[in-house]
Amino acid sequence: MILAAGSAEAALAFVEIGALALGLALLARVAGRLGITAVPLYLIAGLAFGDGGIARVDVSEDFIALAAEIGVLLLLFSLGLEYSDAELRNGLRTGVPPGLLDMVLNAGPGVAAGLLLGWDPLAAILLGGVTWISSSGVISKSLADLGRLGNRETPSILNLLVIEDLAMAVYLPVVAALIVGGTVLATLTSVGIALVTVAVILGAALKFGNKLSDWLSGDSDETLLLATFGLTLLVAGLAQSLEVSGAVGAFLIGLALSGRTEERAMQLISPLRDLFAAVFFLFFSFQIDPADLLGALGWAVALALVGVVSKFLTGWYAAGRLGVGPKGRMRAGTTLIARGEFSIVIAALGAELVDGPELGALAAGYVLITAIAGPLLAKFSDRLPTPPLPQWKRAAPAT
Amino acid sequence: MRETKLPGVGVRHEFQTDRGQQVGVLVHRDGRREVLVYDVDDPDACSSVLKLSHDDTRTLSELLGATQVVEEVEAATHEIEGLTIDWIELRPQTEADGVSIADGAYRKRSGASIVAVTRNGDAVPAPEPDFVLRGGDTVVAAGTVEGVAALRAILRP
Repeated sequence: MILAAGSAEAALAFVEIGALALGLALLARVAGRLGITAVPLYLIAGLAFGDGGIARVDVSEDFIALAAEIGVLLLLFSLGLEYSDAELRNGLRTGVPPGLLDMVLNAGPGVAAGLLLGWDPLAAILLGGVTWISSSGVISKSLADLGRLGNRETPSILNLLVIEDLAMAVYLPVVAALIVGGTVLATLTSVGIALVTVAVILGAALKFGNKLSDWLSGDSDETLLLATFGLTLLVAGLAQSLEVSGAVGAFLIGLALSGRTEERAMQLISPLRDLFAAVFFLFFSFQIDPADLLGALGWAVALALVGVVSKFLTGWYAAGRLGVGPKGRMRAGTTLIARGEFSIVIAALGAELVDGPELGALAAGYVLITAIAGPLLAKFSDRLPTPPLPQWKRAAPAT
Repeated sequence: MRETKLPGVGVRHEFQTDRGQQVGVLVHRDGRREVLVYDVDDPDACSSVLKLSHDDTRTLSELLGATQVVEEVEAATHEIEGLTIDWIELRPQTEADGVSIADGAYRKRSGASIVAVTRNGDAVPAPEPDFVLRGGDTVVAAGTVEGVAALRAILRP
């Protein structure tokens, strides 16, 4: 559509998009220097160039909106790629108690805050999702950067991320169906359809995943890239037209791929994902009025403080179950604090709600604080004093 | 030796040395390895981590005395959990000579499948059931550890 819009307009769009991309590159570089994730900086950049910011991007907004949607799909697709179905099953077997604690401690305060703010219950549930899910992107990067992948507390962290992933596969389609809304019966029906569709796609993914992977495995990189990209968008689009969240469709496709094909797809898709996901974060905060963010700042700080403590306790408990000592439990607790991409994905679902703008602003503030504080606390956790927490039970070290 | 799976990362193996130090090897899914030396005061953390590329791993294992073949086979078995692949060379005079794969009923008898045969340097991938084995062939078998061992016992008694 941009090409058809005449060369002058196309030229302007190129300039806008090019300048934005270069700006994002600079921010990513700054983030790299500081040793933090670039997501908070992208959000700040979006605030400056969106509604009520210092400048506004107009011409390319349609393109950016679509690219942002693709960004969500690719984020979820690569999340699905990250874990094999064996790892997910194993996570379900061993990780349910910490997973439940994680949900109660971390989603609880978000839901409560939403209700206290007098929001619609659905917006409160979305805020619960925002405060619940840790950022697997930030966390796996900080584990690798700090050289902690081999540590004994690390499996407890990774297993918790796996459980959160699985929870998202249920949470996202359910809230997507709730947002569509309607009468109680209609809502229940669409929640039911959503869950059945997810179950069907998940079943097919697990059953035919190997065949699909084999079928794709002989292809050249170019073919594999196009095939996985196409398949992801196609399934997401079909899921979306059934009013199941398209993101979940993409997630399940990622899940279906396995083995060598999975690794190659990961390598091929990640540059695309980085590009489109950056656009998504930017576009998300385009829609936030900086004035709203300032208004939400008090709540964001309060929720972030609660969120730091509640994630810390979750990690403390999860690592304790593996028989890890106090220092390791400190590391697990602090590492899990960072929220990021999925909090934003969840908040974006509620964009059309009455309380959507406030939800977006609050989520942006919350992610800004936790995504910066989390990795810093994790880095210096060995120097922090160990809190006088009960040791809970120390199970025998898992093998 | 203990083995811990790290979802999204790979597998960690660890053991205690004779002098009581905890060491481990983290095998990433893409084959990179990290050698882990655990801290004496904080046994949950690593006091040093040595990150190795593919080539580094090969160099180090050669220095440590392991042969490359072991390394390669280990890499192959890491890739597919629960699946063992083995190469079984038939003796020139063998009962299997002149018998087709179907008539030998190898899968039924052992539980492992013959996935390929090499003869005089030529490979026959996915041989049909009526494929006739000859003495001197090398059979590529896949299955569980027990199944492959059983097939080896049948083909190379």
